[in-house]
Parts: sequence; C-alpha cells; structure tokens
Amino acid sequence: MTKIRTIHEPLWVKILLFFVSGIFLSVFIVLPLVTIFREALKSGISLYLQTFTDPGVAAAIRLSLLTVLICVPINTFFGVFIAWLITKYEFPGKKILTTVIDLPFSISPVIAGLLFIFMFGSFGWFGTWLMDHDIRIVFAVPGIVLATLFVSFPFVARELTPLMRELGKDDEEAALTLGASGFQIFWKVTLPNIKWGLLYGIILTNARALGEFGAVSVVSGFIRGVTTTMPLYIDILYGEYMFRSAFALASLMTFLALVTIIAKAVLEYYIAAQRKSMEVEIQS
Amino acid sequence: MKMKNGRGKIPGFGLSLGLSLSYLSFLILIPISALVIYAAKISPAEYFNIILDERVIAAFKVSFFSAIAAALLNFVFGFIIAWILARHNFFGKKIVDACIDLPFAIPTAVAGISLAMVFSLNGFMGKFLSLFNISLEYSRAGIVIAIVFIGLPFVVRTVQPVIEELDNGVEEAAASLGANYFQIFFKVVFPSVLPALITGAAMAFARGLGEYGSVIFISSNMPYESEIVPLLIIKKLMQFDYAGASAIGATMLVIAFIMLFITNFLQNYMIKERSS
Repeated sequence: MTKIRTIHEPLWVKILLFFVSGIFLSVFIVLPLVTIFREALKSGISLYLQTFTDPGVAAAIRLSLLTVLICVPINTFFGVFIAWLITKYEFPGKKILTTVIDLPFSISPVIAGLLFIFMFGSFGWFGTWLMDHDIRIVFAVPGIVLATLFVSFPFVARELTPLMRELGKDDEEAALTLGASGFQIFWKVTLPNIKWGLLYGIILTNARALGEFGAVSVVSGFIRGVTTTMPLYIDILYGEYMFRSAFALASLMTFLALVTIIAKAVLEYYIAAQRKSMEVEIQS
Repeated sequence: MKMKNGRGKIPGFGLSLGLSLSYLSFLILIPISALVIYAAKISPAEYFNIILDERVIAAFKVSFFSAIAAALLNFVFGFIIAWILARHNFFGKKIVDACIDLPFAIPTAVAGISLAMVFSLNGFMGKFLSLFNISLEYSRAGIVIAIVFIGLPFVVRTVQPVIEELDNGVEEAAASLGANYFQIFFKVVFPSVLPALITGAAMAFARGLGEYGSVIFISSNMPYESEIVPLLIIKKLMQFDYAGASAIGATMLVIAFIMLFITNFLQNYMIKERSS
C-alpha cells in the first residue's frame, strides 16, 4: 500500500530544512570522519603502517581483541537466556528484571568502572582477600574484562526481547507437543527465527566492547602494553602529542565502526523483511 | 486457543531464571551495592561537606548545563534530520540514514580526538569560527559539541519512526478544511511528534550527563570552569580520595536512576499514544 501525500511543505521550507541538516551533518559527521583519515595519512602510507608495528599499539590491539573474544560470547549467551526468560514465561518481578537490564545504559561509564573499584579495589569488598591470594582484578586484565562485560551487556537481550515477543510462543509450544526437549526447541525452532536479530545484537555488543573508554580507563591503571586497550592507547598517544599515531589507531577503529553501521543497516533490512513475512502469515 | 499460562509449559524456566538472576547479580547488582554500601558509611555531615564543595558544585553545574544545552540543540536538529529522513527521498539517503548511527558505533575517544581536531584553531571549524573571532578552544562550548554528537542518534532514532507512522488522513482532512501548511504542522503534526521528541531529548540528556570519553579531549578540563563530574570522580580516585569518589559516584547513580525512571515513563506513554 503506497501512501499518497498531498501535503508538502513550501519549497523554501524544504530547502531550508535540507540546508540546515546538511550543514549540521557535515560538521558533526563528515568533518570528523575526514579529519581522522586525513590526520592519519598526512605523512604518507608507510609511516601510517609503521604505527601498527609499534609494540604498544600491537599490544593494545591484542588486548582489545582478547577482551572482545571473552565479552561478546559471554554476553551473547546470557543475553539470549534473559530474552528467552522474559518472552517465554510469566513470573512476578518481570518489570524489575527488564529495568535491571537497562541499568548499564543509564549509568555513566565512569561510574560503571567505579563500581568494580569499590568491589575489587584494595579497600573494596574483596580487596583484602584478593591481596592475600595475590589475585589482581582491577588495574589488570580481569578488571578490563569485567567493566567491558558490564557496559556491553544489554544489547543482545534488548534486541531479542521485542523480536521474540512478536514471534510469540506458538512454534515452541507446537514443538513441545511433538515431544521436543527444551534445547531442541531452542536450537531447531527459536534460533532460526531470531538469527538476524541475534546477529544484530552481537554486532552492537562487539562495537561497544571494542570502543569502551570511560569504564575501562577507571579500572585499567594505564600500564602500557599490559592494560591498555585500543581506545586507551589512543588517549596515551594523543596526550603525548603523537597525533599521527593516535589518528592512525583511531582510523582503524573508525573503519570498524563504519563496517558496523553498514552491517547494522543490512541486518535492519533483513529483520524488517522477516517482520513483513510474519504479518503476511498472520493475515492468511 | 492460546494458553495463557506459559510457565511450566515450555521447559527450562528454572534454568533460565537461575542463570539470568545469577549473571545480573554478579555483573550489575552486587557491584552497584558495593558502591552504595561504601557511600552509605559516610556520615550525612561528611557527605554534604563533599557534595557542597565549591569545585564539586561547579562540576555538577558544568555537566548539567552542557547536557541541557546539547539536548536542546538535538531537540531542534534531531527533529529536522528525522523529518527529512522520514518524509523525503533523495540521492544517498541510505548512506545518510546509516551515518546517523555513527556516534553509537564509533568509540568515544575517537570521536573526542577528531572533534577536538576539527574545532581546534588549526582545524576546519576552528579556522572558520576564528573568522568571526570565535574560539571554542578552552570554552565550555566544546563540551556541548561533544555531547551533541553523542546524543544525536537518540533523538533521530526515537522520532523518525513516529513521523513515518503519522496518519496522513488527518493532515489531508485539515488541508481540505482550508488549513495552510504551517497551521497543519503546528496544530496537527508537531503535537503528535512531541512526546517522542521529548523522550529522545531526555535520553540524550541522560547520556550527556555521564559522558566522559568524547568530552575530555575537547574540553580544557579546568576545575571550576570546564570540569565535568565524571572527570572529577576520576581525579578523586587518583588522589585516593575514595570517600569523595564514592559520594559523588553514588549521587550520579541516583541521578541515573531518576533519569531511567523518567525515560521509561516517557517511553511507556509514547507506546500508549501510538497504539491508541
């Protein structure tokens, strides 16, 4: 069904609106993007590539990869379970649970890092015990992983919950009457239905885990090559006026961000198509 | 036909509940209580002593007013961009639409250094503004710029679907009754978009209050002048002032809870409006 629009704004209003948004997006989106790549490539491609052979930069890339490889699977696993719990069962306190899931989004990243300092820091809850056993959590890699888990947690659950709610439980209940077990239902019935939404959530989790700065900088302690993720190392380089290297590393992260928004747009298309076919199914 | 009682039907309730609650407690609830309990040990007198300190109040003012200013700017520009994306077709629309999500996808530190460069005296905008004798370096405007960037997608992505779903019939009816474009816009269209616009701006404001990464690179971070609350917390931590950090942190936590409550309320109101 196509909508016929008979009411259009006057031409001068339309021109004004396009002009204003054009300027706004140029200043806030285009200029920063161009600046990153221009500053990174200012002294030529060979110096640009040299940045990535710097041991500190290489260590930062490795630590960021490690963090993502730990955090994304864990948050995906629990995110799916939580979305499943919220959409397949009725139980008291469900509203509170949904609010708790949103908490990491509403809390400042710095406060998120602070929470783990007060839990595992030398004066925190487990501080003395951890010191007695010579276990380091904050100002070490485990702290970085924990802070990243915290800030990137809500994405999968939040993307899946509305989708799974729309899908309903009819398919699962049908499978149940046919004698399928819980895991069979999940793998054979639910997962194929939610795969695009799940991938969407994973991509957002990944982007946030890779790019987190505030929470991680509180728990990192900035030990070069040991507890510096890519964004933290950009901070170090920038602070030392090594702008070319800072922007070179930033360009790598920007490239990944651009891949993320393209993947996001493509997946949104697939999810919309799936929604449409669901509507057709309901109507028939 | 549909069974209302879902529990006990599909297997796995106990397992999902147990796993979910354990993970949420471990990752979110216990860490939050660690901060809250530490802060609760501070006596009320000491708490007010920390919070009412001139530097702390100045930081709260900077954070608050920057976030308000940025939310208002996003209210206006976010609406215009959402309007164009929802109502007009043009060459490259898909690319522009995808780019709105860039602030979500790009790390805040990267956004911070590039905005700082763009607005520095050597940068494109810095040079342009210096023609008018405006310098944003070392001014509070830099903080607002960073928060505007971070908050833009919240407004656009909240408002855009609402404009798309607007019922053209009402506009057409108003037009057939002889209303001109501006009457239709301000009496019919804008009031139905306003709840979404306020919701988006509130989300952008909440995000702006806690923003750290993008701000610290563009701001001069001067105490009393341009120091935001999250930065002050980090400075307190570095000086081993844990009581100070926990008191300010707990205050920020309470503000975050209030903002979460407000945005949840607004979102529920929006959903009700749209479904009616």
